[in-house]
Amino acid sequence: MAEQHLTGYRRPDGLVGVRNHVIILPVDDLSNAVCDHIASTITGTISLPHAYGRLQYGDDLELTFRTLIGTGSNPNVAAVVVVGIEPNWTSRVVEGIARTGKPVEGFSIERHGDLQVLAAASRTAQQFVQQASELRREPIAREELTISIKCGESDTTTGLGSCPTVSQAVDRFVEAGATVLFGETSELTGGEQIIAGRCATDEVRSRFQAMYDNYLAEIESSDANLLGSQPTQGNIRGGLSTIEEKALGNIAKTGTVPVVDALEPAVAPTKRGLNFMDSSSAAAEFITLMGAARSVVHLFPTGQGNVIGNPIVPVIKITANPLTARTMAEHIDLDVSGLLWREYGLREAGDQLMALIDRVANGRLTCAEALGHREFVFTKLYRSA
Amino acid sequence: MTMWQSLDESDTRTQAPPTAPAFLAHNEGDMVAVAVQDVSPGERLVVYLDSDREARMTVTEEIPLGHKVALVDLATDAEVIEYGMRVALTRQPVKAGQLIHVHNVRSARWQNSI
Repeated sequence: MAEQHLTGYRRPDGLVGVRNHVIILPVDDLSNAVCDHIASTITGTISLPHAYGRLQYGDDLELTFRTLIGTGSNPNVAAVVVVGIEPNWTSRVVEGIARTGKPVEGFSIERHGDLQVLAAASRTAQQFVQQASELRREPIAREELTISIKCGESDTTTGLGSCPTVSQAVDRFVEAGATVLFGETSELTGGEQIIAGRCATDEVRSRFQAMYDNYLAEIESSDANLLGSQPTQGNIRGGLSTIEEKALGNIAKTGTVPVVDALEPAVAPTKRGLNFMDSSSAAAEFITLMGAARSVVHLFPTGQGNVIGNPIVPVIKITANPLTARTMAEHIDLDVSGLLWREYGLREAGDQLMALIDRVANGRLTCAEALGHREFVFTKLYRSA
Repeated sequence: MTMWQSLDESDTRTQAPPTAPAFLAHNEGDMVAVAVQDVSPGERLVVYLDSDREARMTVTEEIPLGHKVALVDLATDAEVIEYGMRVALTRQPVKAGQLIHVHNVRSARWQNSI
């Protein structure tokens, strides 16, 4: 099969993106309103409202900064307007994004007010979006791409069909020299030893194991009954009975390649190959972390029909559940339910997914993009001060 | 009944081709298999994905699409093997052909998930 010609946007730092967004990025919840107004004033920009950024401290604050700076630094983003309530943290985010060499400018609201910021930031946003409109796609190699994987509203069809299909893509991307991110720390429970066994070195293995043990200790210390939460009510409705069964289906999407690194949340990978990230399994939080870690395409196997999207990362949905494929067709980019009925094999499903990934990389909108799904949710480690 | 409810409840047919198996099992030795269409009681076909072996079994309960059937008799507190690994413990005796789900199995790892 001839490989489709891949195109993308090569950014000043050398990273390659497949979208060309100009984003209006609030540093904190208070700045959401003016960011939304800027985005509705200047055509072709998008606002990324979120709930946090005030009175956070320690590791939780550092994770918020990594998420903001990483999102602005993602190569799917051409330029960034940053708005914060005060100038200090706003400057920190601007300076972090500026290291990529892409256009970025910050505005703070105190001593100016929303309306003055709206006027000034809109002028900058207009310049950025007009500049970005002249950037052109160029040929890229598969190895230059970073992609991420996570399933959601899983059921037993996920482990039988959609996750093994994604597994095909993971192996092929890694074989081509690309970077793939996975995570969902607690959702490995029952199969965590499989991931530990695939770690490339003892050092990576011990860091992975420590991340897993810490996450599990936190969950178990709550002493809560997790049934209905993890596995979710949707998982149970779809036939999954326990976290272990869900985990083994989840792991079925990770390919057969070694795990080359174990990353803290929202840290960009430095090693090509399959990277683990310590992360929540909640879809919006997870893909937000992946975007901050520079993922440019996300593969999302679903069973019962999670509708997740992301403002800057195209999310490709794959299902093997024939009921979901039919009743939620507008959300499903690739239907592989024929795997369940033995109409074709995994290799053929993998071929279909690879062809679709290339079309999405080349500009085809995903279902989530077309439907306006822009979930952008920060992972919060603990309460604010 | 509202429109969306009637759509939700009525539109649950699966249209498997006549050649499709009733169940898929991940591995030889697994104690459960997954229904890949809505299955009614009777003699049904199971295909093992790792070996491509086909087997016949007698189903004694309705097994909806995506839900699991027991392939063997299991006592209380028995390990349930799927993917060649332990995925659950039984909460009560289960007979081959019966539905396996949260009513008769529980997590072996998260002790509060009962």
